[in-house]
Formats: sequence, structure tokens, C-alpha cells
Amino acid sequence: MAEGMLIYINGKVVRVEEGTVVAVALLQAGAACRTSVSGESRTALCGMGICFECRAVVNGEMHRRTCQLLCVEGMTVETEP
Amino acid sequence: MIAADVVVVGAGPAGIAAATAAAELGQRVLVLDDNPSAGGQIWRGSGAQGGAKGKALQRFARSGAELLTGCRVFDVPAPNVLHAFREDSGKAIAVRYRQLVLATGARERFLPFPGWTLPGVFGVGALQALVKGGFSVRRKRVVVAGSGPLLLAVGAFLRSAGAEVVSVAEQASEGKLAGFSVSLWSEPVKLMQGLKYRIALGGVPYRTGCWPVEALAGSDGLSLRGVRLTNGRRSWEESCDLLACGFHLIPNTELAQLLGCAFDGDFVRVDADQRTSKPDVFCVGEPTGIGGLDAALVQGEIAGLVCAKQPARSLQRRANAGRRFAAQLEKAFALRPELKTIARPEAIVCRCEDVLLSELEGQSEFREAKIQTRCGMGACQARICGPALGFLFNWKQTSVRPPVFPVPLEALCMNDDEKIEEKA
Repeated sequence: MAEGMLIYINGKVVRVEEGTVVAVALLQAGAACRTSVSGESRTALCGMGICFECRAVVNGEMHRRTCQLLCVEGMTVETEP
Repeated sequence: MIAADVVVVGAGPAGIAAATAAAELGQRVLVLDDNPSAGGQIWRGSGAQGGAKGKALQRFARSGAELLTGCRVFDVPAPNVLHAFREDSGKAIAVRYRQLVLATGARERFLPFPGWTLPGVFGVGALQALVKGGFSVRRKRVVVAGSGPLLLAVGAFLRSAGAEVVSVAEQASEGKLAGFSVSLWSEPVKLMQGLKYRIALGGVPYRTGCWPVEALAGSDGLSLRGVRLTNGRRSWEESCDLLACGFHLIPNTELAQLLGCAFDGDFVRVDADQRTSKPDVFCVGEPTGIGGLDAALVQGEIAGLVCAKQPARSLQRRANAGRRFAAQLEKAFALRPELKTIARPEAIVCRCEDVLLSELEGQSEFREAKIQTRCGMGACQARICGPALGFLFNWKQTSVRPPVFPVPLEALCMNDDEKIEEKA
């Protein structure tokens, strides 16, 4: 069995390594974290929980700061509308 | 309610040093940090378990200090009480302290310019943090731009992680940096470190007196094609997949402001014991002046000792050296006025609310701009645009109010009795 774990990003199964930060899983999958009020796709900017650009929907919960969150097997992550 | 003799906010080097010193002297110490693990920014992630980081973290683990990660302080509802939000449970907790040590660190300063909101543009420390969080930069072309000693350190780090670092663009002039190097003659360790990074960068150009003016979008409009740099006389394009851009560091002082601590300029005022104007509140590390790792460690240790009623006089020489270094850094990496012109009218200034610079025309101060345009009214609470507007227009930020970080309404509404039940 391959190492790492499986998570779901915008409905697609993605394999990530142990210790991967959720914001990074989104980057590697080419998915945005959130959509800005004028419709731009945004990804993590500050990487340290300050800028809130990395907010995404994690396991159905809105506004999770994905740069301070580690991936967990089976986690679902969606780009915040 | 959780209670401790000493509560430390922030588990970076300064907080770890303070907690370790106080706990080793028998104080009941509780450390709160919003990250998934201790270490802060500079000691983030695994690897290099030997060395100063490994030793400090091991000593901290043995000291008896208790650590709560994923825990973000958002209010000071009563004297000596903090409210914090726990990411894992989604609940708030109340923490009572006899003495409080603020070790809240620093963040990068961002300046707005066209394209800086594109995916592929990150902070400098941010890109390093993301790589430590599993982001692969192997064979990616990266331009590192902005200002500060972090540029060289991260450039070298990215190269060792397999990135092709195209160039490092530092806005400070050659002259200012030469003066800085000379000022370090009494600190050979720091000089050697700079030299080590330059060597690690190999043939990568380190361009001083250069800064970014525009991040260029690829044909899909979403990815990065490159960055336009200038030296003030001419500008040119450098192709890259990623742009790491930050303009030195600014302190995280929202909690100190909420507590009513006195400031000297942007920094929290402390005495030789690291005590703020509030007798039971100490402040250590970057919020007292951007001085780096050594300054953070010695200040933390001083605060920890003083909290345990031990003298810290023997550490004052090191602490003074740290303060001198912070002053030299500030001088060397002061932002050049030309950087005010990289914010074009069409550039987004407030990323939370997508407010363009042109929309701020006619506004005379921050409060008015907030009311009229929603600039600075979003989730980051002006942590990103506030310092930029301070530089661009000399606008002062309005007062800090709780919650100092957005929290779910349910956590905000929780009364203290409920919080008592939520034990650590």
C-alpha cells in the first residue's frame, strides 16, 4: 500500500503525505482555498494564520484556516465560495 | 477555568525560553499557541532535531510547562483572564494567569502592487512555511523579493528544497547593506550566517536596490508567469512559477494593545526585566523590536526568570546586544519611499474586501476609509492592509477591540461556567 493518506478536495480523491498542511494539499491539487468577494481565486498568502486567505470548507465547516491545519485521512476540503 | 502561575502566549523561541525558565523554577506554566505544534515560525516543522532548536524543544518538554496547541487567544474579558478558541473542539476556554508573557511573534509586511493577489504569490516566510508543510518546490522557478534578512535565508532554503531560485531582489541599497555588515563586526556569528546563505545560494543573483512592481499572470489568468522588477531606473521581467515577496517583519501586538500596554512606536515598551507598563504582563521577542532568534531567546529567558522571582542580571549583556541588532536591522532594511509608488490605482489593497487603491482616493484616514469602502473590515481585521496603509498614507490603525481574531459566534457567546468545564 502506498504511504500517506487519502483526502477529498472538491470531491476528488487526492493522496497526500503524512504531515501535509491542508493549504498545501489545495495548492498541489491546483485548487483555490477561497473565492474573493470580486470572484478571484485565492490561495494561502502568509502561511501563518494571519491573512485568512487560506480559509476553506473543511469537513463541512466554513472558514477553517487551512495553513494551520494538518490533513487527516478521509478529510473533505472544499474551496470556499 | 484553567489557572496557571505563568501563562505564555506563543510557542516560538521566545515563548519556549520563557516557559522553560519559569517552569524549571517550579512555576506552573501554561503555553498557548495557535499552530498545530510548538516552534513558532523559525523553528517550524521537523528536521534539524539536533542543534539549538532540538535542544530547546527537548528542554521545554522536560520542564513541566504545559502546552496547548491549536489555541488562539481572542479576548481579555477581565483582569488576569484570557479567552481562547480551541481549533480541535471548536470551543472557547477561559485561562486565569498570575503573570502573562506575550510572545506573539511577528508577521511579514506586505505591500500591494498589481498582481500580488494571484495564486503563486506568497510571503517569503510563508513559502518556507508551506514547503515545511509539504509543498514541493522541486524544479519550480522562484523569485524571492522584498526586504529583510529572511530573503537570503529563504532563498537558500528553497534552493536546498530543489527550487530553481531565479533571483533574490532586496529593496535596500547596497550602501545600506554594507553599513549593516560593518555594524556586525562584533557579531561574527551573524556575519558568518549571512555568508553561509550567500554561499548556499551559489550563482543566484542577489540584487540589492531592486524591488517588484508587478506580478504577471499566465494565459489562464490564474497562475503566475513572472514578475516585473525595477531598480528605479529601468524595469525588466523575470519568468517564474512562484513569487515569494515580503517586506521585512512587523510585530504582532494586537493582544498587547488590547491589554493596554504602553508602546514605543510600533513596539511594546518593556523594561530590562521585559516587563510592560502593566506590572503582571511581560513581552518578549519580536513585539518588542524585530531582533531575531538570539534576542527572542534571551528576552524569553529573562522574563521566565523574573516571573519566578529570580535575578536575570547576568543576561543583560546579551539582551543589550539583541536590542542593538534590532536597531541595526531596522536601519538597514528601512523601506525606500519609491515603494509607495508600486501600489497602482488598479491594485487591490484590502484582500479581504477587494478594495482597490483607487477606491481609497479622497479618504483622509483609516476610520473613514473603513466606513466608506470596507477597507480593513474583513476577516484579517486589517492585519495585512493596515500596515501597508500605514506605510503608504501614514494612516494609523483604529483601536483594537475583542475578539482580536474572528471566532464562531457560539464560542463568543459561551459563558465562563461553560468554559470552566472545558478542561485542557
